[in-house]
Amino acid sequence: MKTTDLLIVGAGPAGLSAALAAAQAGVRALVIDENQRPGGQLFKQIHKFFGSGVHKAGTRGFRIGEQLLKETLEQNVEVQLGYPVYGLFPDGRAVCGSPEGAQEIRAKKIILATGANENNLCFEGSTLPGVMTAGAAQTMINLHHVLPGQRVVMIGSGNVGLIVAYQLLQAGAQVAAVVEAAPAIGGYGVHAGKLRRAGVPFYVSHTVHRAIGTDSVEGVELVKLDNFRKVDGTQLEIPCDTVCMAVGLTPMVELARLAGCEMTEIPALGGVVPMHDENMRTTNPDVYIAGDISGVEEASTAMEEGRLAGTAAAEALGALDAETAARLKDEIRRRMALLRSGEFGAKRQAAKETIVRRCEAFEAGRQEEGERA
Amino acid sequence: MSDMDRRVHAHPILDDLREPDTYIWYHDTKIPAVTGEPVAAALMASGIRVMRHTVKTGQPRGIFCGIGRCNDCKMVVDGVPNVRTCVTPVREGMRVETQQGLGAWRDEA
Repeated sequence: MKTTDLLIVGAGPAGLSAALAAAQAGVRALVIDENQRPGGQLFKQIHKFFGSGVHKAGTRGFRIGEQLLKETLEQNVEVQLGYPVYGLFPDGRAVCGSPEGAQEIRAKKIILATGANENNLCFEGSTLPGVMTAGAAQTMINLHHVLPGQRVVMIGSGNVGLIVAYQLLQAGAQVAAVVEAAPAIGGYGVHAGKLRRAGVPFYVSHTVHRAIGTDSVEGVELVKLDNFRKVDGTQLEIPCDTVCMAVGLTPMVELARLAGCEMTEIPALGGVVPMHDENMRTTNPDVYIAGDISGVEEASTAMEEGRLAGTAAAEALGALDAETAARLKDEIRRRMALLRSGEFGAKRQAAKETIVRRCEAFEAGRQEEGERA
Repeated sequence: MSDMDRRVHAHPILDDLREPDTYIWYHDTKIPAVTGEPVAAALMASGIRVMRHTVKTGQPRGIFCGIGRCNDCKMVVDGVPNVRTCVTPVREGMRVETQQGLGAWRDEA
């Protein structure tokens, strides 16, 4: 059995940032990840990030990933790859696979940075080869440099749908349509504008009715929506060989459940997430969370949450005095508030505050119960 | 089928595009591949999209999530069934076959 002060599950932007913050405080964390490469989904983000100068705005995602890995190496953070965690006990024992077989790791504190899963839609033909998540297409073009198809229909016009559709154009594919169930485009105007200028047709108030094909996709049938209800007789066929779905993400909370963390439902952040306080600590006092597991946002917020969780865990382990920790955490929270401003950010900020309020209410109730007992 | 080339050869941002430097076998067809890329990427580059057929109805399945979560891209690789081809790197001369149902173990010749 391995032992460590701080175990971090997930080597994406949140997990690596947490490990770096802990390392700077003098805590050597063990980072484990099921994948063969670190960086999570950061290396397929080839677009420029938003935010301010401190958030490396204008820098492409994969460059930020390269920088993060460089710092990880410089700080001698231990990253073990090929470790899927399949058991987590409330007392801080993790059970995982590894290239050498099953392993048990005992940790004083754990940070879960497991990320999120892509959602999908069910429709006739949705299992045909050629129907895939937007993330799969993005992985194929930007990491492996292979086109998933030549003519793509994108379902969903949030930022993921818009960005991946544009990246498909950059890789040399045609985008036959971007389809949106709502009456308006979901993502940022700057992303939608690039597609419009490239001549990509948008179908708002439409959804996919079925995918056509026998061995793989040959076309897609769209249908018009009136207030999210299909309108009979409005089917419209578009020839394509690939259908991508960009219909949101769901936080991957399984390990938090195993660790006994209380959950709360917050639709604006992707569904059910572990309750957490201002320090990213869950209702299990030894378990922290950071990144999409705590509510689906962006890589830039995931990195700040990682720093916050790493700093808080280092403080809890006694590596930082309260005053230094408070100063560091305040700086991080200030930067995070900047990322959660603006029309889209403000909604996430409000949702995050709701989670913290619910967590405080839960802890207050638990304390009261304890006092009565 | 193997004449199809879906690789990206020019890109406005990415400058680390690689050309095939090895090969794998898809049934009896030699498929060009790039060392280290996932099996699924090599197959997709040659236009191969059907990875397996389902147990009960024999429906085709292909790449869906691309990051090892959904299990739709499982194939028989070097005689071992249920290998997730989207997260399995190619090795020179690897033998890849469409999986039928749950797949069967086969001794390598």
